[in-house]
Amino acid sequence: MRHGFKWLLFALAIVAARAFAQDPGAEHAPDTMQARVLACAACHGRQGQGTDSDYFPRLAGKPAGYLYNQLVAFRDGQRKYPPMNYLLAYLPDPYLRQIATYFAAERPPFPALAASSAGGDVMATGQTLVTRGDPGRHIPACASCHGSALTGMEPAIPGLLGLHADYISAQLGAWRYGTRTASAPDCMQEVAARLSDGDVTAIAAWLSSRPAPADPVPVPHGTLKMPLACGSEPK
Amino acid sequence: MSGVRVRIFQTIRRRTLASLCVAAVLSASAISSRAASANDASTIARGEYLARAGDCIACHTMPGGKLFGGQRPMATPFGTLYSPNISPDRQTGIGKWSAGQFYAMMHTGHSSDGSLLYPAMPFAAYTKVTRADSDAIFAYLKSVPPVRLANRVHDMRFPYNNRSLLLGWRTLYFREGEFQPDTAQSVEWNRGAYLVQGLGHCSMCHTAINALGGSSESKAFEGGLIPMQAWYAPSLTSNREAGLGEWSIEDITSLLRTGVSRRGAVYGPMAEVVYDSLQYLSDDDIRAMAVYLKSLPPHGGEATPPSATASEEKDRLFPLGGKIYDAQCATCHGAKGLGKLPDFPPLANNQSIQMTSSVNPIRMVLNGGYPPGTGRNPRPYGMPPFAQSLSDEEVAAVVTFIRTAWGNHGTAVSARDVSELRSAPLD
Repeated sequence: MRHGFKWLLFALAIVAARAFAQDPGAEHAPDTMQARVLACAACHGRQGQGTDSDYFPRLAGKPAGYLYNQLVAFRDGQRKYPPMNYLLAYLPDPYLRQIATYFAAERPPFPALAASSAGGDVMATGQTLVTRGDPGRHIPACASCHGSALTGMEPAIPGLLGLHADYISAQLGAWRYGTRTASAPDCMQEVAARLSDGDVTAIAAWLSSRPAPADPVPVPHGTLKMPLACGSEPK
Repeated sequence: MSGVRVRIFQTIRRRTLASLCVAAVLSASAISSRAASANDASTIARGEYLARAGDCIACHTMPGGKLFGGQRPMATPFGTLYSPNISPDRQTGIGKWSAGQFYAMMHTGHSSDGSLLYPAMPFAAYTKVTRADSDAIFAYLKSVPPVRLANRVHDMRFPYNNRSLLLGWRTLYFREGEFQPDTAQSVEWNRGAYLVQGLGHCSMCHTAINALGGSSESKAFEGGLIPMQAWYAPSLTSNREAGLGEWSIEDITSLLRTGVSRRGAVYGPMAEVVYDSLQYLSDDDIRAMAVYLKSLPPHGGEATPPSATASEEKDRLFPLGGKIYDAQCATCHGAKGLGKLPDFPPLANNQSIQMTSSVNPIRMVLNGGYPPGTGRNPRPYGMPPFAQSLSDEEVAAVVTFIRTAWGNHGTAVSARDVSELRSAPLD
């Protein structure tokens, strides 16, 4: 009899616990990074794949160190884009590191980008600058730091594929005009300052015309001997 | 004491009697100087804590810049002010100040050279700070690395660039005097009142600012639009706004310390306050502030019945708003607006959404936002921005929906209200 009473209590406790668990007010947010970065997904896509908008870049697969540097730069104002500056203003370094690591590890398919209307001459100029640079004007090839496959290098040099032409030209413009800056020596500022408007258009058009890379993974740190010093890279 | 004894025994083991005598003398002097420096260290530590409570860093340090180097621009309706360098640099900071001059500045709003401070420096609140606390803050400021950075000249429009006008402002709005405890209240309540009214300078935002840049004591904590930032600082006295009369102490302390709670999260300028200041305060102090805030007598902010046009607007926008809500918002905030606590805030019965001012809910939908990352909530969940994907009409519809669904008592908002806030500053 005492035994039966215990069982009854036990059964009642389970029923009560279930009823409590089903209380909609007791539902919790999923304990995942994906749920935490929903605020990023609105513009960059759930996996950081980018969206149709020209100015919201792909984040997925870029090196974590690069993404982290950008998050810190937006938070502290070295990169200026008010909606990003605002969102990140009160997030601490370790969390920004986790957000960067999350998007760096994502591997969504590359988007099909709109075909460029640029002519053959422009494309040829773009290809030359990206793959060989212009030694006469001291412009290094993009590929010399971003890799021959243009997928970037660990830990802090981004891949350049899967980005809209308007985004690439806006970033090169921002380097030239100083609204986008990085730790000194600011190598991208130095390179961008040597580019003409025509160079920027050509580079952006050719890069955005490239197909998705077979292997999107950035090359390991130290693979490439860089032609100039960059403050964002580890010493 | 026992530590000293252990050290002496170890010394006896290791040394001869002769050298023990020397060691005893040395250690005696070491102990006395250690006691003095421990005293200084504890004053400095207390000063650092109080400087956190006063949130000095928010205005006197550029984001990512050198601690207390100043130069942070502060837009006001009268021009732009640049916060001064308060590091201990002797040329450009406060290295030559005395503790007395620092207290006079906090207490009376006069700088060390006698000039009048603009009230962007919350001396109307800091005047309540005790001399001992002011001295501790000064000791802390003197202990940080000096920053050689000359102050930027303020960029105030005529006639506000004439500081003698501040005499008029002071006559109207400044009451000098340290905090006087209310003996009818508990020690805890008085501690909370001291922090909220003094170092916390909560009234800077939560009391309406009038055309002269002043806030009237009779309107204390009744809320108001923060000039130039286009965020509405809700009333702390009206239960229809952020009045905390109906909140539990646990929910208030959770909001202040972690940035999130079961009733809602902090955002906008209040996120900065939690990030830079409140998360560092002790449990006792946060609780004291909560006890005081909860006790503020409710007044003002009575519901006004919506006008006929507002009702028509609501009926027109509500169905579209409901559709957008189900598609975009319900996953996190729940079909019935109950949220998933504390990370996805509830919208039903959330005061912040139903207030007479619709500025904050519109801005949250347009700009999204993260609560601050704090020691107790290091990985907050973020609200996505919708400015890039919803039209003015759609934002108006969904904000109208959440302000009026589930028994919420807000009123409709218009596409024009939304349009005006699209250009609101984000920094």
